[in-house]
Amino acid sequence: MIIARKKPVEEIITEIDPYDRILILGCNECVTVCEAGGKKEVEILASALTLHYQARGKAKTFGKATLERQCDREYLEEIRGRIHNYDAVLSLACGVGVQFAAETYTATPLLPGVDTVCLGANEERGLWTERCQACGSCVLARTGGICPVSRCAKRVMNGPCGGSANGKCELGPDTDCAWQLIIDRLKALGRLEDYEQVAPIKDWSTDRAGGPRTITREDIQL
Amino acid sequence: MNENGTASSRLARVLRSGQMAVTSECGPPRGSDPSAIREKGRLIKDYVDAVNVTDNQTAMTRMCSLAACIHLKQEGIEPVLQMVTRDRNRVALQSDILGAASFNIPNMLCLSGDHQSFGDCPQGQNVHDLDSMQLVQTACHMRDEGKFLGGDEIKRPPAIFVGAAANPFADPFEIRIPRLAKKIACGAQFIQTQCIYNIDKFKEWMRRACDRGLSEKAFIMAGMTPMKSVGMAKYMKNKVPGMDVPDEIIRRLGSVDKKKQAQEGIEICIEHIQELAQVDGVAGFHIMAIEWEEKVPEIVERAGLFTRPVV
Ligand code: SF4
Ligand code: SF4
Repeated sequence: MIIARKKPVEEIITEIDPYDRILILGCNECVTVCEAGGKKEVEILASALTLHYQARGKAKTFGKATLERQCDREYLEEIRGRIHNYDAVLSLACGVGVQFAAETYTATPLLPGVDTVCLGANEERGLWTERCQACGSCVLARTGGICPVSRCAKRVMNGPCGGSANGKCELGPDTDCAWQLIIDRLKALGRLEDYEQVAPIKDWSTDRAGGPRTITREDIQL
Repeated sequence: MNENGTASSRLARVLRSGQMAVTSECGPPRGSDPSAIREKGRLIKDYVDAVNVTDNQTAMTRMCSLAACIHLKQEGIEPVLQMVTRDRNRVALQSDILGAASFNIPNMLCLSGDHQSFGDCPQGQNVHDLDSMQLVQTACHMRDEGKFLGGDEIKRPPAIFVGAAANPFADPFEIRIPRLAKKIACGAQFIQTQCIYNIDKFKEWMRRACDRGLSEKAFIMAGMTPMKSVGMAKYMKNKVPGMDVPDEIIRRLGSVDKKKQAQEGIEICIEHIQELAQVDGVAGFHIMAIEWEEKVPEIVERAGLFTRPVV
């Protein structure tokens, strides 16, 4: 899932300050699950901003809507009838949703209300951790199902680097060493000898390095 | 043992002759004045076979390793170019290898480098296009195949002696030897280890390396750093990841007067070298006297490693 974090409200205020009528637009998918931009967050942010501007004696209108998905044109159509009532949209979707909304409604400024952080998992209530950087060519089969690209601070492919200590990354005790996890996992699988295969030099052209990626599936295209 | 690139390197020739090799280390300055590195070089010139030049160590921005290597070379000292994969992608790394080869810098050591969050640019982007083992492979590929990673021909391929680092004490313990084997399988011809203080544990690691025949495939040089004080020993024990400093060393340094601790550190270092010189598989010593280069001659001389052989 895409994990996002609420932007500091001060930053949001700076973004929306020039506009009088603002639509706060949530998304029902990832940002709802990670509690950064769903219906609940739209409500809370709208109240907080209303109070803020009331205290400053400024009249601003805040509209509220939460779409099923902002990364899908079909759902974005739902606000077509009312978007002209607003000077700007503050989108609480991930960066994908913000961009897709901006592409759909080119006449309206689209402002991000969250910081999109990573592809991660929900470990426990209130804790999300990065698991994948969408490198486009997955190596998990060779690494015991633990990703060295997203979970090793140096994305070393044959680790661990010299900085691993007591199972922790050289970054500090809050970060597991991905390679310690990989070794432990390979050991548990009885496949520790796999570690001695040298990982081939990675082709990063499927990663961000190759430019924006597109996926075309002719078999399912209409 | 792959002998490619060993003719041009004095370090390689000493190692191949079966004599104990000695290397030391110089950190380039944090400015553009080369006099300090030249001075450090002159101090140790006759006492070592080659001098490693660190590459933005601890992620602090410094004069580039390649330029500092050239300064040393101009002083008549053989450099070992250290290269980290943190700051440069495969284009820049290959380009620097060619640049070094154009000055006939005959040795390089491949490392991943400390994370940039420890240095002076914690907000920076890191690269890690290759990892240290893949950099070893890249250098060997350029030398042995005469080709770039992309497959194109190199005119006058680099003739370099390629090394890597090993830490006998880091976690997880069960992969210490497999990891060394992997680096050697990638083409590492010499290995310089992390600073050794836990002699027994090092001997155990070395025994296992010999059992797997690794000491025949690559020259393993034991890393030595003299302690300047009991404070430094405690710091290394508690704060530097992957460092194994036994309590006995701390007790010994602490038992002498503060003013004499530095000398005691030198004594320990010399004793360790003498002891490790007898250990099967140890091919030489890498003396990392961090900002204490003036002590290298005394250590080398008193440890019985002087004079350096003519090869
Ligand atoms: S290897 Fe690439 S695709 Fe696979 S989990 Fe890691 S980043 Fe994601
Ligand atoms: S300590 Fe482990 S996770 Fe951290 S950079 Fe090194 S190999 Fe990667």
